[in-house]
Amino acid sequence: MASQIARRLLRRRVTNEIFMTTTRSPSMGLFSSFDRNYSSCSSNLIRATLFPGDGIGPEIAESVKKVFSAADVPIEWEEHFVGTEVDPRTQSFVTWESLESVRRNKVGLKGPMATPIGKGHRSLNLTLRKELNLYANVRPCYSLPGYKTRYDDVNLVTIRENTEGEYSGLEHQVVRGVVESLKIITRQASLRVAEYAFYYAKTHGRKRVSAVHKANIMQKTDGLFLKCCREVAEKYPEIKYEEVVIDNCCMMLVKNPTLFDVLVMPNLYGDIISDLCAGLIGGLGLTPSLNIGEGGIALAEAVHGSAPDIAGKNLANPTALLLSAVSMLHHLDLTDKADMIQDAVLKTIAEGKYRTGDLGGSATTTEFTKAIIGHL
Amino acid sequence: MAQRTASILKNFVSGNPSHLRSCLRSITYMPRPGYNGSRPVTPITEEGRPRPVTLIPGDGIGPLVTGAVEQVMDTMRAPVSFEKFEVHGNMSGIPQEVMDSIKKNKVCLKGGLITPVGGGVSSLNVMLRKELDLFVSLVNCFNLPGLPTRHDKVDIVVIRENTEGEYSGLEHEVVPGVVESLKVITKFCSERIAKYAFEYAHLNNRKTVTAVHKANIMKLADGLFLESCREIAKKYPDIKYNEIIVDNCCMQLVSKPEQFDVMVTPNLYGNLVANTAAGIAGGTGVMPGGNVGTEYAIFEQGASAGNVGKPKMVEKKRANPVALLLSSAMMLRHLQLPEYADRLETAVKRVICEGKYRTKDLGGSNTTQEVVDAVISALES
Repeated sequence: MASQIARRLLRRRVTNEIFMTTTRSPSMGLFSSFDRNYSSCSSNLIRATLFPGDGIGPEIAESVKKVFSAADVPIEWEEHFVGTEVDPRTQSFVTWESLESVRRNKVGLKGPMATPIGKGHRSLNLTLRKELNLYANVRPCYSLPGYKTRYDDVNLVTIRENTEGEYSGLEHQVVRGVVESLKIITRQASLRVAEYAFYYAKTHGRKRVSAVHKANIMQKTDGLFLKCCREVAEKYPEIKYEEVVIDNCCMMLVKNPTLFDVLVMPNLYGDIISDLCAGLIGGLGLTPSLNIGEGGIALAEAVHGSAPDIAGKNLANPTALLLSAVSMLHHLDLTDKADMIQDAVLKTIAEGKYRTGDLGGSATTTEFTKAIIGHL
Repeated sequence: MAQRTASILKNFVSGNPSHLRSCLRSITYMPRPGYNGSRPVTPITEEGRPRPVTLIPGDGIGPLVTGAVEQVMDTMRAPVSFEKFEVHGNMSGIPQEVMDSIKKNKVCLKGGLITPVGGGVSSLNVMLRKELDLFVSLVNCFNLPGLPTRHDKVDIVVIRENTEGEYSGLEHEVVPGVVESLKVITKFCSERIAKYAFEYAHLNNRKTVTAVHKANIMKLADGLFLESCREIAKKYPDIKYNEIIVDNCCMQLVSKPEQFDVMVTPNLYGNLVANTAAGIAGGTGVMPGGNVGTEYAIFEQGASAGNVGKPKMVEKKRANPVALLLSSAMMLRHLQLPEYADRLETAVKRVICEGKYRTKDLGGSNTTQEVVDAVISALES
């Protein structure tokens, strides 16, 4: 018993040293905001906020916690639940304490949340996005070996600007029957997302970044976006940069997805293209997603719905939340743990013995989780 | 009439059922909106001369593929004569003589026009559409028999509003570093596009019309579009109507495209959906389409008319003429010459089905001329 504790302490200290040395790697001079400064806290554990969410949320969050503790990931979860009444400080059901916790910990994982219908409060996702200033939505899309879709060799990342563009919500009726909606592009937001895109490409070993636009028609707005991308591209001469018009991009994506590597786009195109890419690999139930905010905040989330019809029945598929947690670990530079968990998940799906209902199998959530732990 | 029945009988006897099926299916009759009252387009002038049609070769691969159409029309001895005009994408506007010709002939066939990116010159394709009030852009995406794609049973018609929406071109810089662009949606335009979509579905025996929108985020703008669609849907009780959000729509297109039939969309989403649908059904090199208004019609390659191909493809003359050939078949139907349209479509489909002559984007390596020759020989046989 004592030898087990000593062994576990030793292992933790070794992994601590490994990730402390990797954070000091040279290229990140300008981007200290993206870094995590691991001043050795007394417990050597990283605190992360966990929002289990509604519906199937708690089950899949449980699954993630089990896999993480089996893999000895040095993360301590701080669970927060969405409240039952509107918090006046945030104008929504998310409490101020939850938001403060994410701001303090700088990293979080969120399950699916269903926005209750009604007035007088903001949507939950909108609250999180505005309060934490989440400006980039990163979705790595790669084909899962063993789960056959019509596309076998997808391996791309979509990075979408998340704050402005067409979704500013500024609409008004000019006269009866005529409505105007404003699309806003600012230099600051475009620069921010372009910088993150190139930083991501560099740290994850990606070779090419493609900016998606429609600047032949919307010359000033998408033109500004492209100008910012070009400026940032000059700082990274080792990464190839190209620009693709969105209709060509859509067509090429459905014909040959291997043509693309990292895609960076404004809000609306990003929404559509990232969902298109999710469709290529098998749907929202398998797609991880990571939101990056100002000050190095990273909130990984599962983009699928809360599926209230299968809630509580142990039938949910935790893959999306698990892969999002893996991308969170990549962000935290715990690459070896991230790779280990990702390999385990992919191997379990590839084997095909334990698959949940939506993948065509009949295993329960707990069986699936156990199979993953077995592959670690 | 006799020629047509003879060809059908010949195909029947030769035991090739797919041609029979294609003859019966593809009556993509393009209804003229406002036909209740306006004069129909006459096929032949009084003196018995062939019907003049404006032809704009365009840029890039445009001249190559329009040349192909001219050759094929010649072989078929179709009663159309082309009035060619040179228009290039870097011109500042459409020359007046071209506009006069189109207004006189009312029908035009066009190759693509390049739009310089970020150049401060507005796209000529868009300018043409606005001037002539071509408010419908129609793209018909279907699986060609013999062309292997990842998805089958695709038969989607995308009807896209062509004049307003995000492509109004109204942009300005508020302060340095902040740019605004206006997206305008009006009830008038939304109603007429919805009317066209339902009328098209009704006349072509289509079962479902799907409206594509993003009204959960852009509540007023897309909300107005949806309202108009719903009002018109009530007048066509035998056609099913449903609505789908654009990102879900793209995801469904990629995984289950057989659920879609006719789709009606505002401007920007229509561009994306049309290109995605064209991509899954075989590529923009084979999909026909056109822009239709109350009085005029311009037929061109289905999706992404601004894409004129790379210079290398122009040099090597390897552009795919199939899209423009099928669009010219649509034009022949619009001119009320369905027999010629059927012959042309059958020939093109047979060439694709046989698979011996295909350009690079379909997986072959033939030049444009070889494909055209194959179509001509299929017509003559």
